[in-house]
Amino acid sequence: MYRAAWRQTEYRFADLKEVMAKATPPRSGDVLAGVAARSAEENVAAKMVLADLPLKRFLEELLISYESDDVTRLIVDTHDERAFSPIAHMTVGELRDWLLSEAATTEALAALAPGITPEMAAATAKIMRNQDLILAARKAEVVTRFRDTIGLKGRMSVRLQPNHPTDDKRGIAASIVDGLMLGCGDAVIGINPASDNVGVILDLIAMLDEIIQRFDIPTQSCVLTHVTTSIEAISRGAPVDLVFQSIGGTQAVNASFGVTLAMLKEGREAALSLNRGTVGDNVMYFETGQGSALSADAHHGVDQQTLEARAYAVARTFKPLLVNSVVGFIGPEYLYNGKEIIRAGLEDHFCGKLMGLPMGCDVCYTNHAEADQDDMDVLLMLLGAAGVTFVMGVPGADDIMLNYQSTSFHDALYVREALGLRRAPEFEAWLARIGLADAEGRLLADPAPVLLDHIKGIAA
Amino acid sequence: MSNDAPWPELRRFTDARIGLGRAGSALPIREVLSFAMAHAQARDAVTTPMDWAPIAAELSAMGLDTLSAASAATDRDVYLRRPDLGRRLSPASRELLAEKATGPHPDLAIVVADGLSSTGVAANAGALIGALLPMVQKSGWSVGPVVLASQARVAIGDEAGEILNARAVLVLIGERPGLSSPDSLGAYLTFAPRVGRKDGERNCVSNIRTGGLSAMEGAFKIHWLLREAFRRGLTGVTLKDESAFQLEGVQQPAIER
Repeated sequence: MYRAAWRQTEYRFADLKEVMAKATPPRSGDVLAGVAARSAEENVAAKMVLADLPLKRFLEELLISYESDDVTRLIVDTHDERAFSPIAHMTVGELRDWLLSEAATTEALAALAPGITPEMAAATAKIMRNQDLILAARKAEVVTRFRDTIGLKGRMSVRLQPNHPTDDKRGIAASIVDGLMLGCGDAVIGINPASDNVGVILDLIAMLDEIIQRFDIPTQSCVLTHVTTSIEAISRGAPVDLVFQSIGGTQAVNASFGVTLAMLKEGREAALSLNRGTVGDNVMYFETGQGSALSADAHHGVDQQTLEARAYAVARTFKPLLVNSVVGFIGPEYLYNGKEIIRAGLEDHFCGKLMGLPMGCDVCYTNHAEADQDDMDVLLMLLGAAGVTFVMGVPGADDIMLNYQSTSFHDALYVREALGLRRAPEFEAWLARIGLADAEGRLLADPAPVLLDHIKGIAA
Repeated sequence: MSNDAPWPELRRFTDARIGLGRAGSALPIREVLSFAMAHAQARDAVTTPMDWAPIAAELSAMGLDTLSAASAATDRDVYLRRPDLGRRLSPASRELLAEKATGPHPDLAIVVADGLSSTGVAANAGALIGALLPMVQKSGWSVGPVVLASQARVAIGDEAGEILNARAVLVLIGERPGLSSPDSLGAYLTFAPRVGRKDGERNCVSNIRTGGLSAMEGAFKIHWLLREAFRRGLTGVTLKDESAFQLEGVQQPAIER
């Protein structure tokens, strides 16, 4: 039993799971799950309980049992007591204050990350305002490498997302060239295929490899298909750079994705066996998003933000190049409007960074959510200020395959111009070398025609 | 951007918004407004209440009875926040359907649901039923009254079909609108409908719209699936669509929940 008293009223919470859920800033998914606070006052009372809660409590009271869930086992078994020791005496509120203090340096956060469990990260996020989430996250620097160096301070990368509803290779190539010419693609060139047919997947992997090789682009490719399909492609000799998988924060939600921890390990080992990275060997790309566990009826009564942070425990086991919270994709029954999407994007980015992940965000919404481009402009700018590792680049922000709105190639230019954020150094040098940008990364008014010439052959 | 850029030719291969040009870091204003208009159409498709009168008249002219029903979601806001309520009939609608379910059991019940795009239903549902009905009648299958359901999701057909004692239920529903397809209709076929059916127990024909799958093509696929469903006594993941009308380029999006 947990209690908070405020003047004459006492609030009681049966267990830690209830405190966590009720302390969460309001969002439709927690209401749908029946775990949200019943009043604004109860919401704040739960935050007060959390603020006074010793961090050690999260090692003693598990939200989902060790016996029934392999993600819980992963969290408990991999917790680094040494890394945790500097904050072992703190409460959640003290950790929040410390994160915002001068003592919490970039080096201190890096050392701390293995000692932070997802539940600790989630709890801290719940009592933080948006500005806290931004300032704390921007101190973290998580650097990963494959063919370029991602996550350096003052830099932001972009996943070029050239999807097509029928996987038409000419249409995809046109979108890729458009994105490269607008300076996008240093995180990855990543296609969500419409088809799960292995032959189609192999074709797309080969096509991406050919473009990257032909123009010697310091980036990596990914076809975002199921991990087992990527393993199959590798076994057939396909030039796979990154292995992708959607993951969640419980064993049951991962089962709903048809994936186990053992499969992820196998996928990583298969990609590593190809040894295709030139400057590093981070070979995994994960996507996550609040609400996935509830939609799969796999949430155990835990709030969606905490479950999202638990997905990051899965991700960090496999040393990913990129982790992406696809924040507004799931729809208004989980995040109703721009305000809820913005809040969730900042929480996810903060929790990922605190746990030591190369955290990106698909700043996005669907047409049945109460959100629009102005909301996305706000979230993108806030994430840029928070030091987001990467965002998406979709032609004109309109994904014609997945039917939702993400950020555009131009949106990346906007946040770069406003905040002075540069691209990955190897990619920045490539853009200058090939004649698309100057040495400072500014796009040239009269870009070199080499990429256009390539696709003119397609158009002819 | 050089004047000889091949973007117009490349647009033959993709509807993606490529080669838009730029005003500094931003999009040119014509592209900003063109995007805003597409989003406005999609938003209107979601929020505009369904006007059932025209489609009821259309179905009546085909000789079909119609019943007006509503889900347990009382308005659009509740509908968007509570998918569980959109999957169940309101108590009044349940009673109404039960009253009408006294005759012989129909082979097929049809539910037209507004879903997430009232414009998709208004533009395509009448034409689809008009194309399908002669095929169904030629096969000798009986059709019950058509249920016109407001604030409804796919699974509302399970309850409606169960009350109407239908062998199978066809739900025609407005799909989640995309910027390039605000007016798309989806068709979901479920054999032996009853409350609690899973999404994996249905077959889906999606993207029925001008510029997508035509009403005639959609009806052909549905009729083929219906024949197989009655022959094999099931629908769902084990019933693959192998109808002759295999259309290139029509993807099957995830089932609308």
